[in-house]
Amino acid sequence: MSGRARGGALRRFGRNIPAVAATVVLVAITLTALVGPMLYPVDPFDMVGRPASRPFDRFPLGTDVSGRDILAGLIHGARVTLLIGFAASFVATAVGVTVGALAGYYGRAVDTVLMRATDFFLTIPSFVLAVVLIAIFRPSLISVTGAIAAVSWPPIARLARAEFIAQRERDYVQACRALGMSDARIIVVQILPNALPPVIVVSSLLVATAILTESGLSFLGLSDPDAMSWGYMIGVGRTVLRTAPWMPAIPGMAILVTVMCINLIGEGLNDAFNPRLRG
Amino acid sequence: MSGALLLIRRFAQVVPVVLAIATLNFVLLHLAPGDAADIIAAQSGGSSAEFVEELRRSFGLDRPFWQQFLFYLGRLLMLDLGFSHVQQRPVLELILDRVPATLLLMLTAMAIALALGVLLGIVSAMRYRSVVDALVSVLALVVYATPQFWLGLMLIVLFSTTLGLLPSGGMETIATDMSPAARALDIGRHLVLPAATLGLFYVALYARVMRSSMLEVYGTDFIKTARAKGLSESRVGLNHAAPNALLPVVTLAGVQIGHLLGGSILVETVYGWPGLGRLVLDALLQRDLNLLLGILFVSSVLVVVANLIVDLLYGVLDPRIAQR
Repeated sequence: MSGRARGGALRRFGRNIPAVAATVVLVAITLTALVGPMLYPVDPFDMVGRPASRPFDRFPLGTDVSGRDILAGLIHGARVTLLIGFAASFVATAVGVTVGALAGYYGRAVDTVLMRATDFFLTIPSFVLAVVLIAIFRPSLISVTGAIAAVSWPPIARLARAEFIAQRERDYVQACRALGMSDARIIVVQILPNALPPVIVVSSLLVATAILTESGLSFLGLSDPDAMSWGYMIGVGRTVLRTAPWMPAIPGMAILVTVMCINLIGEGLNDAFNPRLRG
Repeated sequence: MSGALLLIRRFAQVVPVVLAIATLNFVLLHLAPGDAADIIAAQSGGSSAEFVEELRRSFGLDRPFWQQFLFYLGRLLMLDLGFSHVQQRPVLELILDRVPATLLLMLTAMAIALALGVLLGIVSAMRYRSVVDALVSVLALVVYATPQFWLGLMLIVLFSTTLGLLPSGGMETIATDMSPAARALDIGRHLVLPAATLGLFYVALYARVMRSSMLEVYGTDFIKTARAKGLSESRVGLNHAAPNALLPVVTLAGVQIGHLLGGSILVETVYGWPGLGRLVLDALLQRDLNLLLGILFVSSVLVVVANLIVDLLYGVLDPRIAQR
């Protein structure tokens, strides 16, 4: 993609008011995750007060069933949520692009084998597989990120494959071959930059899915026991659903807002990079 | 190609997939730290090393890897998914007990989602850029970002705790003197919230897909012909465009059965619905890996079978596909 095309995409994104607003909110959430613990130095696992105190009473958002500060949990949870969301999406994109690039570029047997594997992973219920993987390797930041990535790469692989098939017979690729450039160089340096924009769009939306999956896993208790997460907070609050509905409601709202922002940004990127597809 | 031959070919395609699922399960089983012998020994409390070795021999765990794999496949062929040493029952039995409840929940959610989603999609396409159209877009935006299990909790707060309209959990009221009709009604009342929780995401999704598919069909020649014939706009929309726009929705519904099952597991744990989801939670709490792997195997096979059914449905919806 040339510099001018990229500038056009950026300008189109800038005109998309919901996407820009979502970017502002997501930046705010990210900043909270980064510097929040310094500005509000409360340990989210510390029992700081009476259990289940209401929001705005003594603590900004009240305390949970064990008297832990909910605001502190929210701030620290943002770290875990964003970290796992982005890391899982990044790993899944790397795996997906590698598989898709090899399948699309080489075609034939390589393509058949890799795509069969991709279809297979699309078939098995991904959430169940993630649960089993984490149960086997014990919950930790690494195992949760790895499990989410392990079940999220297939759509990226299919997309990358389609892009590579579309590019591999183009003149510039033929020219590179004629010049004796190695396959690896053609794939990484020549085709990849052209195949990347649509992949980036899907991979940004994957962050949203990854965050939702992470929240579901930690709700089931499959989260790093040393890291506070929003899904875990909902799981804790659920025990007092009848008497203190705000307790699970607050972290749930945090997930909703974060995921909505990422989706709006992803759609904005899609409109910006693929203007022809606008409805 | 004749119908019977097509059917046989489709079934033959299922075999390698099931074999792959079995292989994955076997690999996962061996990734887990400690084998069955260790687990039983630990449960019986401090067994001697000789006893563990003896157990390992009796399970064939001292054999080479490939022999164990063949042994594993052989057992699968006889529908033996192993034994849950925690619950003291065969894994398959435990799972089959729970499948009907999960299927009931999934099918109800899917039916609601298809009916409502397709309807909303048709309306928002026929009333393009109207209030309804905008509302469906907003619904999708919110629903795509809502964790399903959290939505379930919030619906319990609203409809059960606050309004007292619907039961908050379980599948039926414990009572012995109910007529079959009363019992069905009771289960139905318990089904409303979980099915709505599970289905809402797909309502939004199918509405969006149906809408864009309808708009695409609106651009084709035969719609222009229908309009030129002077048919009313509602007839053009409902009788001409909608049936032809349905295929992408069915495709998506088929592709997403695995996703629906994953959602069902979370929603079941929220509502205490006695299906596979509850079983997953129990297995997790008791670290019953044998049972977890059995659930992965059976749910994968369920998805494969469901995909096969959807595949065959295509032929009914669009005869051109069956010819291929």
